Amino acid sequence: MADPPTRPQIGADEWVARSAERSAAGRARTWAEQTPAPIRYGALAVVVTLIALVPVMTSDEYILRVGVVSLIYALLALGLNVSVGLAGLLDLGYVAFYGFGAYGYALLSSSKFGVHWSLWETLPLVLGTSILVGFLLALPSRRLVGDYLAIVTLFFGQIFYTIAVQGYRVPLITFHGTHDITGGPNGIADVDDFRVFGHHLTTNRAYFWFSLIAVVVVFTAIHFLNESRTGRAWRAHRDDPLATELMGMPINWLKLLAIAVGASVGALAGTINAASLHGAFPDDYSTPVLITIYAMVILGGAGSLLGVVLGALTVNILLEVLRTPDHARWILYIAIVVALLAKVRPWRKLAAVLAGTLAFGIAVHAIVAAAWPRGVHGLVSISGTDFSNGGWFGWALRHWLVLPAHTYEEGQYTWFNVALVALIGLVLVLTMVRGWVRWALLVPTLWLAALVWETRLVEEGTGPTRFLLLGAILVVLMAARPQGFLGTHRVEIV
Amino acid sequence: MGGIHVLAGFDAFTLTWHYFFSQLVAGLTLGSLYALLALGYSMVYGILKLLNFAHGEVFMIGSYIGYFVLTALGGATSPNVSIPILLLLMFGAAMVGSGLLGVAIERFAYRPLRHASRIAPLISALGVSFFLQQLATLLFGSVPKQYNTFSLHNGSLFNRITIGAFEIQYMQLFVIVAAVVLMLALTQLVARTKVGRAMRATSFDLEAASMMGIDIDRVIVFTFFVGSALAGAGGVMNGLIFQNVNPYIGFNAGLKAFTAAVIGGIGSIKGAMWGGLTIGVAQAFATGYLSSAYQDVIVFAVLVVVMLVRPTGLFGTPALQKV
Repeated sequence: MADPPTRPQIGADEWVARSAERSAAGRARTWAEQTPAPIRYGALAVVVTLIALVPVMTSDEYILRVGVVSLIYALLALGLNVSVGLAGLLDLGYVAFYGFGAYGYALLSSSKFGVHWSLWETLPLVLGTSILVGFLLALPSRRLVGDYLAIVTLFFGQIFYTIAVQGYRVPLITFHGTHDITGGPNGIADVDDFRVFGHHLTTNRAYFWFSLIAVVVVFTAIHFLNESRTGRAWRAHRDDPLATELMGMPINWLKLLAIAVGASVGALAGTINAASLHGAFPDDYSTPVLITIYAMVILGGAGSLLGVVLGALTVNILLEVLRTPDHARWILYIAIVVALLAKVRPWRKLAAVLAGTLAFGIAVHAIVAAAWPRGVHGLVSISGTDFSNGGWFGWALRHWLVLPAHTYEEGQYTWFNVALVALIGLVLVLTMVRGWVRWALLVPTLWLAALVWETRLVEEGTGPTRFLLLGAILVVLMAARPQGFLGTHRVEIV
Repeated sequence: MGGIHVLAGFDAFTLTWHYFFSQLVAGLTLGSLYALLALGYSMVYGILKLLNFAHGEVFMIGSYIGYFVLTALGGATSPNVSIPILLLLMFGAAMVGSGLLGVAIERFAYRPLRHASRIAPLISALGVSFFLQQLATLLFGSVPKQYNTFSLHNGSLFNRITIGAFEIQYMQLFVIVAAVVLMLALTQLVARTKVGRAMRATSFDLEAASMMGIDIDRVIVFTFFVGSALAGAGGVMNGLIFQNVNPYIGFNAGLKAFTAAVIGGIGSIKGAMWGGLTIGVAQAFATGYLSSAYQDVIVFAVLVVVMLVRPTGLFGTPALQKV
């Protein structure tokens, strides 16, 4: 080439030339692509073996239960990934299939109707029916653009929940009286354990292994499906439905198939959940769970099998930590430190931000202490945490944040709500400003975040906070890193 | 089969014209509310081809703003101002507040994704919707806040006008008239004004409109403001009729309203209005004659049937895809 590389070349579109650069998605993925296959699969096998050894190393029921739930979520994320990540269909009724599996198993293997089918009789029936329902669901929207599928499936999820909650007085089967099918808001209790090859699975340990095997089997199956003709066609459909159709691909069939495969994996996860909980309860299959699974898939990287499994484990463990305020407290500070370390260069700026935040808090504390001494009394937080004897950390927080006495009083409660709204406003403003203004604004934002976190968010860790964070994760990831941890960045060609 | 059983349970009262009309009026009231919401969905979809899931939450926040204005002015039992001014202030504050919220959502959640893949803004919208719902739970609590509008003027707003078998509450009449006025205003805005013409042009072809010198960003911001303001007004109406507001009303109302927009033909203003009324009346009759438990199922059935028989909706035009 005669032209120096800095000058644009005639005929060579710079955008095209840099496409490889754009599609590169982080070091983890590059490493995975450069490592030979046997080593990669070997590494995966080692990790799976280590996970399989967890129940041997611990007999703590709590840890095992969290493990079972994490693995069920991993299964769910794998199933949702088929429709969202591989085929590019926004399936918002996915959680209904999860519930369908659970209720299907609960109806056929519990004392509700005295039917006690074994796993090998129930599972094919439940999976088959859920595949059929998946087909039927996708049918009305098959000729339409993707958004219609989203609304139909979202509505379907809602309908499933309605039927589960209202299904204790069904007038449809005979002509007289109503019938209790789903147990209504109380759900179905007393569901049988799995019976596999003559073994009763009764402990969390057994379900841990069963779920792990299910995850490995589903992972492998979807991996091969993804590498097959169908998988290639799905990915083509995801990237450009119109071009795929013009290449002669049966896109309606592909859509139906993707929804149905996702549905069957969801139903499998549902049966495991019902059996391990010994019951099926409607609130386990409602919209918040859907949002959780979406957050897992998006965080892990839609389209990447390993990514969504990682996403599921991360999100579920994070949510579990949020349950206990004493542990949850640390999440924010760890997240801030990690984010600052990763994003703020050079270190002088980092030190300035940290020192500024400390100084800002101390200054605000001093001003409030002078103007309104009760405002820094810092005795009891809303969550009941006594900051006065919370060790060195509680002491530090008391002298850094503004914690009035008896914050559970109505009026002061309102101020923390105002602080929460102000924090959201500040974060939004941060995304708009550049340069030194941003660094200057970062200081009060961090302080306010700590204040709101300690007074308002940690306390609600089991309730709104966890879902508030999940919602925020979806929005932030979509704007900042739509490919998640391990996904591939895609550029839509219009 | 189910129908036979349910019909067998009817008493003489439920088969009178009187009952029929009361269900119809309830349906029209609910329908005009859904229509207001559906307009916001439809307008945004028309311009950005984006399903704005957060629209239902904007409606919910509008309802809360109405509640706080009502409380700040002394509550429904002893308002400090006369009722018309009270209603005007509630509607004004809710519409402006919701409008600004809608603009903020567009600016921070959707604008960065305008050139991203088609699925990205949908997921972002889902996140915003959930975020707002949970934020409202955190800020206002999950216990419903009581509008208590029944105490306004000693409940006389809920008196009925009777014409033969037909009767309607003043409040229902007010809601229907207010919704019709707002919809007529919107139709005129879109049909007659310069910004309305810009909206129509953008909706027809965004790229060509921008080449013709239309400031697309301004049109989009304006659309979000108007659509969200209508949702805010709907939120206040919801409070006036149903007397209370909780953080979860937005999701369900949004789902119904979006269904209404799809049934009417998404992108069409006339379609959103008729779709809203259809859904409202269908839901009221399902509640009145079958069971309130399965009203969602009936609405869903209507949606599926319309999508099978007439995928473009009642007033939609088949979308031509240009490559």
